[in-house]
Amino acid sequence: MAYSEKVIDHYENPRNVGSFDKNDPSIATGMVGAPACGDVMKLQLKIDDKGIISDAKFKTYGCGSAIASSSLVTEWVKGKSIEEAQALSNTEIAEELALPPVKIHCSILAEDAIKAAIEDYKSKSSN
Amino acid sequence: MKLPIYLDYAATTPVDPRVAEQMMNCLTMDGTFGNPASRSHRYGWQAEELVDIARNNIAELVNADPREIVFTSGATESNNLAIKGAANFYSKKGKHVITAKTEHKAVLDTCRELERQGYEVTYLDVMANGLIDLDVLEKAMRDDTVLVSIMHINNEIGVMQDIKKIGEMCRERKIIFHVDAAQSAGKVAIDLTDLKVDLMSFSAHKMYGPKGIGALYVRRKPRIRLEAQMHGGGHERGFRSGTLAVHQIVGMGEAARVAKEDMEKDTQHIIELRDRLWNGIKHIEETYINGDMEQRFPGIFNVSFNFVEGESLIMALKDMAVSSGSACTSASLEPSYVLRALGLSDELAHSSIRFSIGRFTTEEDIDHVIGQVNNSIDKLREMSPLWEMFKDGVDLSKIEWAGH
Repeated sequence: MAYSEKVIDHYENPRNVGSFDKNDPSIATGMVGAPACGDVMKLQLKIDDKGIISDAKFKTYGCGSAIASSSLVTEWVKGKSIEEAQALSNTEIAEELALPPVKIHCSILAEDAIKAAIEDYKSKSSN
Repeated sequence: MKLPIYLDYAATTPVDPRVAEQMMNCLTMDGTFGNPASRSHRYGWQAEELVDIARNNIAELVNADPREIVFTSGATESNNLAIKGAANFYSKKGKHVITAKTEHKAVLDTCRELERQGYEVTYLDVMANGLIDLDVLEKAMRDDTVLVSIMHINNEIGVMQDIKKIGEMCRERKIIFHVDAAQSAGKVAIDLTDLKVDLMSFSAHKMYGPKGIGALYVRRKPRIRLEAQMHGGGHERGFRSGTLAVHQIVGMGEAARVAKEDMEKDTQHIIELRDRLWNGIKHIEETYINGDMEQRFPGIFNVSFNFVEGESLIMALKDMAVSSGSACTSASLEPSYVLRALGLSDELAHSSIRFSIGRFTTEEDIDHVIGQVNNSIDKLREMSPLWEMFKDGVDLSKIEWAGH
């Protein structure tokens, strides 16, 4: 299957690969997917006291489109507020990367990862 | 070195130049273009002679009588003709068929069709090494079993089933035995005077011949009968009607002749390169060979690199043409059913790559492959959350994943 240039670029030069300490209260961690389905994404956001995402990192087990979707998301969320990040939708990701229909689930997973991370952050701060 | 390096010989092989040359002589006005069924003129006689030579070469490759070779369009058609043809012809004797879960789709889908026609099919489990447990097979055999269909060499993992023993078990019980030999003919020695195989499917394009041609071996002693699946003219002794594709048949015949002549050399070459490849990658942590290590064809080498997803690995291995056990490229998210049948975890099944080595693979190719595999695994594991968890000592099987 042919990949779009943007997918290949993100795949070959992934942005923001890595991990933060998940026990740090300013770090939001979202892990979505399952090995059985062939993709697992871990997205981590560093959120400052004003609720702005100052940094993001990811690790992804999955196909090229899954890696590109998560790499793109780490770029997009930086500098955004929690609310803005939460509003990012999978269609924007799929459009930007020109994902074919069979790869739409990769963009959905990336959207889910943001939501899961924010959920984690909220449950952390309420404790 | 030609890039990408072709390591997908189990999918198809390039046509050997010796084969292509012979085929080109059967197409134009200057060549032998006639219809072998034309009995009234020289064009037909000459074409018939070339078909006879090809049939002899194929028969010789597997030590059969040329009258036992029926030309088809390929192994898929041969499997259809063998399985449906035998089951339909002998349906009065019984309507039970046995096959294995790791068979090629051409066999499994044909068996599904028999189920729709009212037959009962037993799909045998295989052992963790990919081989059939003969005790399990024996227990599955019944009085109303008419056919057992088991492949010789598995197309995904390269393991070789014991068709000699299975043949004996079938013959004792008067059950017809069909073998899909698409991956084995021309690569390992097959002696049909020794094996108790009744029907055997062959494909030309897996042995350096052209696509679109194959054959079915139909035993004469004891005589096996089939219900034809293609009607119209009674070619091939009524088993398979249709004008013979002379250039294709000539190609398959030459491919068979070359395969027999070069078999020892080809095998030696493939074993050397397979060992070279394995020596260059086996130090990579969490790397596993799929399928039995002894009872196998060395040219099909299926390896799982745990915690790395197959499709992204294929993308990283951009200088080589290989296949993956991860079906992420298709609409389904299911990994290879063959690897699942071996009991592999989803992660390992998704993490597999099939390297298939052939006649034209070189040492230089393999060295380049080794370098790229090592680099890619490092890079992808650096990116893999599963690898990170594994390194942190997390037991991945204990995690509740949110599937999607």
